[in-house]
Amino acid sequence: MRFKKELDFVHLSRFFYIFSIAITVAGLIFLATMGLNYSVDFKAGSNVDVALSKNITLEQLKPALKDLGISHEPDITLGENRVNIRYDEVLDSNQDEALKAAVTKLDDKASFEINTVDTEMAKELARNAIYSVLISCLGIIIYVSIRFEWRFALAAIVALVHDAFIVVAIFSIFRLEVDLTFIVAVLTIIGYSINDTIVIFDRIRENLRFGKQKTYEDLKVLVNKSVAQTLMRSLYTAFTVFIAAFFLLVMGGESIKMFSLAMVIGLLFGAYSSIFIASPLWLLLKKRQKQPVKSNPAKA
Amino acid sequence: MKRMLSFIITVLVLTGVMVFTTPGLLDKVRLGLDLKGGFEILYHAEPMEAGAELSRASLQKTAESLEKRANALGTSEPEVTTEGTDRIRLKIAGVTDEAEVRKKMKEPAVLTFRSAAPGDPQGTFSKIELVGSDFVEGAAEVQRNNLNQPEISIKIKDKDKFAEITKRLLGKEMAIYLDDQLLGNPPVVRAVLTDGTASISGNYTIDGARELADTINLGALPLKLTEKYSQSVGATLGKQSLDQTIKAGLVGSVIILIFMIGMYRLPGLLASFALILHTWLLIAVFVVADFTLTLPGIAAFILGIGMAVDANIITNERIREEMRNGKSILSSVKAGNKTSFRTVMDANVTTIIVAAVMFAFGTGAVKGFALILIVEIVLSIVTNLYFAHWLLTVLVKAGALKKPKQFGVKESDIRAL
Repeated sequence: MRFKKELDFVHLSRFFYIFSIAITVAGLIFLATMGLNYSVDFKAGSNVDVALSKNITLEQLKPALKDLGISHEPDITLGENRVNIRYDEVLDSNQDEALKAAVTKLDDKASFEINTVDTEMAKELARNAIYSVLISCLGIIIYVSIRFEWRFALAAIVALVHDAFIVVAIFSIFRLEVDLTFIVAVLTIIGYSINDTIVIFDRIRENLRFGKQKTYEDLKVLVNKSVAQTLMRSLYTAFTVFIAAFFLLVMGGESIKMFSLAMVIGLLFGAYSSIFIASPLWLLLKKRQKQPVKSNPAKA
Repeated sequence: MKRMLSFIITVLVLTGVMVFTTPGLLDKVRLGLDLKGGFEILYHAEPMEAGAELSRASLQKTAESLEKRANALGTSEPEVTTEGTDRIRLKIAGVTDEAEVRKKMKEPAVLTFRSAAPGDPQGTFSKIELVGSDFVEGAAEVQRNNLNQPEISIKIKDKDKFAEITKRLLGKEMAIYLDDQLLGNPPVVRAVLTDGTASISGNYTIDGARELADTINLGALPLKLTEKYSQSVGATLGKQSLDQTIKAGLVGSVIILIFMIGMYRLPGLLASFALILHTWLLIAVFVVADFTLTLPGIAAFILGIGMAVDANIITNERIREEMRNGKSILSSVKAGNKTSFRTVMDANVTTIIVAAVMFAFGTGAVKGFALILIVEIVLSIVTNLYFAHWLLTVLVKAGALKKPKQFGVKESDIRAL
């Protein structure tokens, strides 16, 4: 299986730039107005996950939780043999026990997972996550600048931030819950995204060695050729990693559902951005270096 | 023939080792609380009195005492670690009465010596004369008195203060409280005690006295603990997560292996072998390094396999490309291995950078995830780069791979040089 037809990725990328910018803007709007749907990991409170041996209805559950002496109404999400109860305040150990007792009364085989986080701790987690992203970016810029050149580093970082941001934006738009594993997923996506981009850049760098590219057209052909040469690999790898993440999403444990979902979205965008964002962006940066004066206005 | 032989022997020996050791290794993998049930609490420690210094030693001591307490409650393998300068993480697996354990942990016993304040009814004492931090840390011990009765002796830091109190209370009762509970009958102060040692006597058995001394020692620590984070997972839920996630991993992995073999034929089979070896080595590292497998860890594990596959795909795509350009099989394999090596290294190093940052800044689950990712990438370089390259080169040199078709390359695609 090979692509025999020459595809003009650079040309196509113009449409994808628009697409990416549109999602980014939509994401920014949603983030600014709605923010993210934080789980207890980032917002103090208690999260109770219960595995049940039978289905319980809201009508059964609500009165049972009424007399626990907890002032706020919890958010309750019912699933197949499963229920998630979320409190905005931290449950103390007595309330913990009372809640367990109340649910156990409805189903004596219930099994619980209770997570409680203090506000201060949650803020620290979020802060560390942001530091992690920034420092990762810095590390990548340094490494890629040494191994390649700064233009590759810059283009790779743009693609990487793009991928990470789009996942965050999608989570904001669809009000999906952001927990600690989500942060792990975003960091992993950054790892994959850079991995994917580097492979294509590596090929561009290699092709640069053959012959002299004098004009923008030469470089454009070179980028198209490099992307085409690595395209099968990009697709296969995206496919295999996607398979792993996809099965984690549909079959894996409940507590890594959001992680897997973030991974699936991130992987798809990671593969996409390496081809349509990172490589053309490098070309754009390179063009400025090559022809500072007589750049071709028609191609600008 | 010699090459073929070394190939066969290597593959057979490794397969044998993997088949025989895998069940044992799997049993030895330490599971995290999220997979086997249990609970975890992160405490923030601070001195009892505001403004006091929190020393490394007192934190360590508190952690040890917590561990002792957990052990005393009969829980299995409690894990108590200090984190940073003021945190203690407690992990206990398979607890049935979680509330009791938590209560014992959260409320360190505070020992006070009290006297009756004016207006106190008979038998109650509300004036606190001495508090936990007045006692020498960990100095409570069990002794026997003249009548061979067990008693607990406690040392007081400030001898003069104690002397002053005993002088003032001479002939009066001085009660000893553990939290709000009166210990035994309040003794009457019979002499001015100047050596800074007080003793608690009562009708204790030797075991009872020891337990009390231990409790007092914990209570005498000048650290106050507050829960910052807690997670408790029921055993059933943990098992369910483990089963589901492993099943998901197996299905994903099998599809990946089928894909590799279908796409790359014999080299794909070699790559699959390298992938299985990679997984086996990872499990072995888990056991040897005594890592704890958690749910995010399994996720890292499975996704790492996806990434390891990438190394094989890059190599094999490259070899096919060289072949289509008309190179001979041997030189295609050589050139493909060489050029793909650099690409894979660059790609992996950048991922290691991300993982290292996660490891440095993360806590708990994030740290574990990052560590597994790093180990996995390193193992992947060894198995999917060096080992897979070697396997392929040996087979080609031995003449077992002679046709481009065996690499999944059509003859018609090959360009003449």
